[in-house]
Formats: sequence, C-alpha cells, structure tokens
Amino acid sequence: MDLIQFERVSKRYVIGQRMNAREAVAQATSRLLRRGASPSSELWSIKDVSFSVRDGEALGIVGRNGAGKSTILKILAGITAPTSGSSRTRGRVAALLEVGTGFHPELTGRENIYLNGAILGMSRRDITLRFAQIVDFSGVDRFLDTPVKRYSSGMYLRLAFAVAAHLEPDVLVVDEILAVGDAEFQRKCIGRMHEAEAEGRTLVFVSHDLDSLTKICQRSLWLEGGEIRDSGPTPTIVRDYLNSGLAPAERGHGLAITSGPITVAAVRVRPDSTVAGGADAALMFGDQLRVEIEFDVSAETPGLDLAVMVTTGSGVRVLDELLSEQSITRFTPGSYRVEVLIPPLLNAGDYSIGLWFGTPHEEFLAEPAAAMFSVHGGDPTRPDRIVAAKLPFAVHRLASINVVD
Amino acid sequence: MRAADDVPEWRVNSADPASREGVVASLWRARDLIGYFALRDLRVRYKQAALGVVWVLLQPIASVALFTLVFRRVANISSQGIAYPLFALVGMTVWLYFSTAVVRGSEVLVESPDLITKVSFPRIAAPAAAMLAPLADFAVSFVLVIVLFAYYSVTPSWRLLATPIWLVLVVLAALGVALWLSALNVKYRDVRHAMGPLVQLWLFASPVAYPSSLLSGWKELAIAVNPMTGLIGLARWSVLGTPWPGWPLAVSLASLAAIMGSGLVYFRRAERAFADVI
Ligand SMILES: Nc1ncnc2c1ncn2[C@@H]1O[C@H](COP(=O)(O)OP(=O)(O)OP(=O)(O)O)[C@@H](O)[C@H]1O
Ligand SMILES: [Mg+2]
Repeated sequence: MDLIQFERVSKRYVIGQRMNAREAVAQATSRLLRRGASPSSELWSIKDVSFSVRDGEALGIVGRNGAGKSTILKILAGITAPTSGSSRTRGRVAALLEVGTGFHPELTGRENIYLNGAILGMSRRDITLRFAQIVDFSGVDRFLDTPVKRYSSGMYLRLAFAVAAHLEPDVLVVDEILAVGDAEFQRKCIGRMHEAEAEGRTLVFVSHDLDSLTKICQRSLWLEGGEIRDSGPTPTIVRDYLNSGLAPAERGHGLAITSGPITVAAVRVRPDSTVAGGADAALMFGDQLRVEIEFDVSAETPGLDLAVMVTTGSGVRVLDELLSEQSITRFTPGSYRVEVLIPPLLNAGDYSIGLWFGTPHEEFLAEPAAAMFSVHGGDPTRPDRIVAAKLPFAVHRLASINVVD
Repeated sequence: MRAADDVPEWRVNSADPASREGVVASLWRARDLIGYFALRDLRVRYKQAALGVVWVLLQPIASVALFTLVFRRVANISSQGIAYPLFALVGMTVWLYFSTAVVRGSEVLVESPDLITKVSFPRIAAPAAAMLAPLADFAVSFVLVIVLFAYYSVTPSWRLLATPIWLVLVVLAALGVALWLSALNVKYRDVRHAMGPLVQLWLFASPVAYPSSLLSGWKELAIAVNPMTGLIGLARWSVLGTPWPGWPLAVSLASLAAIMGSGLVYFRRAERAFADVI
C-alpha cells in the first residue's frame, strides 16, 4: 500500500516576489500598461515529478544544490502548494526540515517541549505520554526549568532533536538536519533514523551524506534541475550520481556552480607535480594527489569556510577536511585557488571530490560530487580496503609469552 | 506496517483550492497548538517584565486620566449620565484589548519565518492564538472597572451577564482585522509601519472618550461602520447601563461580519503562498 503518491508535481517560484506596497503598485501599473508580467523572473523548482512510496519503505533523494530536493519535501509536508499536479499522503506526516523550529528562547526546556511538539503536530496527550522519554533522550533533565536561552547550543540541539525523535509519525520526512551539530549529535540522528527504518516507518530522506543514505534507504531518486534523472536501488543511484561529477569532461574543468556568494569555477585532481610524469598524467596508486579548487567570492562573507571531502564510489566518506581546522582565512571578494595535498593513501578505485562552502550560520554549497577521479594500479588482490597507509610494523622477538588470566 | 482496516484517508496537496481542509477543521486540528501559542505569548509577556501587571494597569489609568482632563474638564463632553472616568475606562478597556490583539495578530506570521517555511501547521492558528493572550490584560484591567464601581458606589445590573456575548464579538472583530493584516504583512512588510498610525486613527474614530450619541445623521452612520462603535456601545450598555445602542449596533455587526468574512477569504487565498514569499 502506498503512503505517498506524487503525481506530475511541478512548482514554480517567482523570483523576488517579496516587495513593498510601492513596488506592488508600480508593478500593477506597468502590468496594466504593458500587459503580462515579465516571465524571465520565473523558476521551475521541480518539473513533472512523479513517484510513490510504499508503507514501510525508505526513500532517499540525492541531487545537487538547488536540484529541488527541499521543494519536494515541502510539498510532501504541505508547507507549500504545488503549481500543478498533486501530492497525496496517508496518515500523519512529520517533516523535519530543521530541528527546533518554534523554540522560544524565553521559555523553559519543559515549555518548549510542549510548544515544539504541538508545532510538529503532536497533541497534548501525545507529548505528555512521551515527555519522560524525550527528557531522557535529550539528557538535559537538570535544566528542564531553565529558559533555553541559557542552554549551550549543543544542549539546545539535543533537546530539539529529542522532541523530533519522538514524533512517531506514519511518514517521516527528513531534510539535511545532519548539517548542523557535532559528530555525536549526527551519530544520534543517524541512529534514530535507522531505528525508525527498522520499526517499519515510512521515510523520505534527503542528505548529502551518501554513506548514511545508502545504509538507511533501499531506493533513491536522483534529482537534477528539478527533474528525476534516475531512480532505483540506492547503491546504484549513489554510484551513478557520484560518477556524474561536476563536469562531463575528465577531471572536471568547465561547468561552474554558483550558490550564494560563491561561484566554483573548477575542481581538479592532479598528481602532485613533484612526481615525474607531469601534471596531466593518470593518477597512480602511491601518488601524492593535489586537489585544486578555483572559486570566486562575490561578496564580503564573514566567517566563510570551506571543506574538501573525498568519497568512494560506493558513498563512503574517506576524508572531510575543513580549512578552519588548519588556519583562519579571511576571504575578501575576489578569485581564489585552494590546493589540498592528499598523501599517498587511497587505494585504487573511483572517488569523488566533495565541496562545502559556508559560515557557522549558513550553508552556501554542499556538493558531494564536484569532481571525480580514479586511482589506477595498486594491489589487485586487496581491492576492499579504502586506505592503503603502509603503516610501519614493529616486530619484536620475545623470549616467552606470559599468559594472564 | 499496518493492518489493512485502519487505512487513513488520503490528504491531498494540489493547486486546486477545493482539496484543502476547511477552516473549522483546521482550527479544530490545531486546538492544542493554539493553546500553546497563547501560553507562549502570555509567558513571554509576563516573564520579561517583572512589573508585568503594573504595566498592564498603567496604560488604561494614564489614558483615562488624560481623557478626563481633556474631554471632560476642557471640552465638557457628556458621558450619558455615568461618571466620566468610569465611562471612559470601560471604553478604553475594550479598545486596549482590540488594539493589542490586532497589533499582535498583524506580526505573528512574520516574526518567525521559519515557522512558515519549515513546518506545516494550520496557518490560521497563529493569528487565532494571538487573540487569546491579550484577554489576560483585559481581565486585569477589568479589575480597575470594579474598583471604580466601588468608588462611585455603582451596582451593576443583570446586563453584566451579557459580557461573554460582547466579548466574543470583540474578539471576532479583532480576529477579522488580524487576518487581513497578518496575511498582508507577509507580502508587504510596510504593514508594520502602518500599524502605529492605523491604531491611532482608529482610536479616535471609536467612541472611547466620547459617546457615539454625540453624532447624528450620516455622521452617526459613518462612525457605526466601525465595528468598535457598536461593540463599545454594547459593552457600556452591559456594564454601565447606558442606553441600548440601537440601529448603529446592527450596522457595526454587519460591518464586523463583512471584515471577518473577507478576512477569512483573503487569508485562505494568501496562505497558499506564505511559505514562498515570506
Ligand atoms: N521561496 C523561494 N522563492 C524563489 N525560489 C526558490 C524558493 N525556494 C526555492 N527556490 C528555488 O528553487 C530551486 C530548488 O530549491 P530547493 O531548495 O528545493 O533545492 P535543494 O535541492 O533542496 O538544494 P540544497 O541541496 O541546496 O538544499 C532553487 O533554485 C531555489 O533557488
Ligand atoms: Mg535543500
């Protein structure tokens, strides 16, 4: 039985729809005079998207920034109406597009649990029933009667997530909530998603964390430019998606992606030039690799930071390096090239380079497959290892072994 | 997985407005949420200001004192045989509820855009809940009315029992206006700047400091189009025993119904785009 049916859903946004009354009057006047609004300011966020999700199924959605993933979830959750087509859901749908929506800083933890629960669609009875569990899960019981404005951001997140984790809806829709919080918080989120999946809850999950996506969802959609490019078993979709890279050409020249103040012009992977063979040689097992990212910053963006990720073809994230962990760099508007050296670690195989740009408060770009590359050669007898670190072994000969019991 | 016999109904989200849940059903579904929104407003209002109750009392006291000075002493306006301070206080109490609720209602959607763009709850719950917390202020300032009753040794009549009726009508009037303003505010943020002048002008167009019987002919009709005219008249009839407001009340009620009806229609139409334009 289906719990979700999306039928030929399209959503059009009018760019710059927000205006003040003066602009509205001016626009209405010009429309009267010239007839018809200028169509150039329209954008189809999703076009003709159809899919259905069965009871107990977990569906993943992958796609680049702006592909329309959040739009699908918003229509599913009833936050916004489609321009055409229809979305039908059965049972209670809980959408987590963010945790802690509606939390009020002046209210205590206890009051916020009730308020947030009600906002997410729980009745007072539901919340009271699960109150003890929520408090337990959040671990903030000692601060229950403290206004949340005095919480650390970690406590705040944990409490917010605890409420969300106890919704017990028929359909759970989750968008990228893992983008916030520390590693422990993210583990907790993923753990909870696994549980929900194991309980047989129907899930729709959007994430740039393809590894988790693969573990949780059997089936995935790949969205590109608002349309479904492919759908099928998650491992296949993730592999194809990663392999698609930023640019169709080898090692990603070309296609620029713009998001917020950032335009990424090129992402390249080369053998480090100290290696014989020149910069355009194939990447061989044992080479030191150099990742080059060229981008423009169009506006003053305090706190701008970037991360470079390396993901295997099956979606396992091997590296995730954040610039600010090394040094604090101030990016004034202009063009930049960032280079990252990867020591000779990676086993032979296919990898993709992921990019993340953002500030502590805002994410501009999260692109798990900005470019892809293959490492050739290696030891064909041991293809399963991701990292071949050639760790030093120390062998000591001992006179005898003491068995301790 | 579920048994085949407890299959819930489909809920449809499409461009067709007919597929949407009705107003009453949405309000009913959101009843707990409305309560928590109202509770939030109350907590925030009385928690932040240690002198919360004092502030609530100060405003009617100050305005009534000023009105007494200006309208009574200087302009010598009649107050339908009631002690002027008591007369003005009843009007002011009703007016303060109305204006506080309308102002709060107008900002409730835009103050936290995340509520609109990240979660789906019946949107009408937000302005509806905004009407509730100001009722607490109303109750507090009604204590002043009782104090003045004692001071002027007035004994209220059985008509005081009609209080719930006119109070509900005042709440509906505020909600009708708040539906318009809250939805307009999402699209045109100018509404915020317009609120101050709007409330000021509306106050003077309402018989708070003067009785509406002061006017006659077309002027009386014109001022009765303001729903607060009939409702303040009704409140004074109920609390102070002034004459029954008569036909202007009918005009005010018709106008209230028009504002409420059009407000609902506009809000329901506009809410579909709230998440897109906010
Ligand atoms: N309220 C809006 N007004 C105008 N355009 C919008 C609005 N919301 C989304 N869009 C546009 O619709 C497109 C799809 O947006 P959407 O948020 O669904 O992308 P996404 O796949 O979730 O991206 P991301 O990975 O960055 O979260 C984008 O081009 C975006 O700019
Ligand atoms: Mg998104």
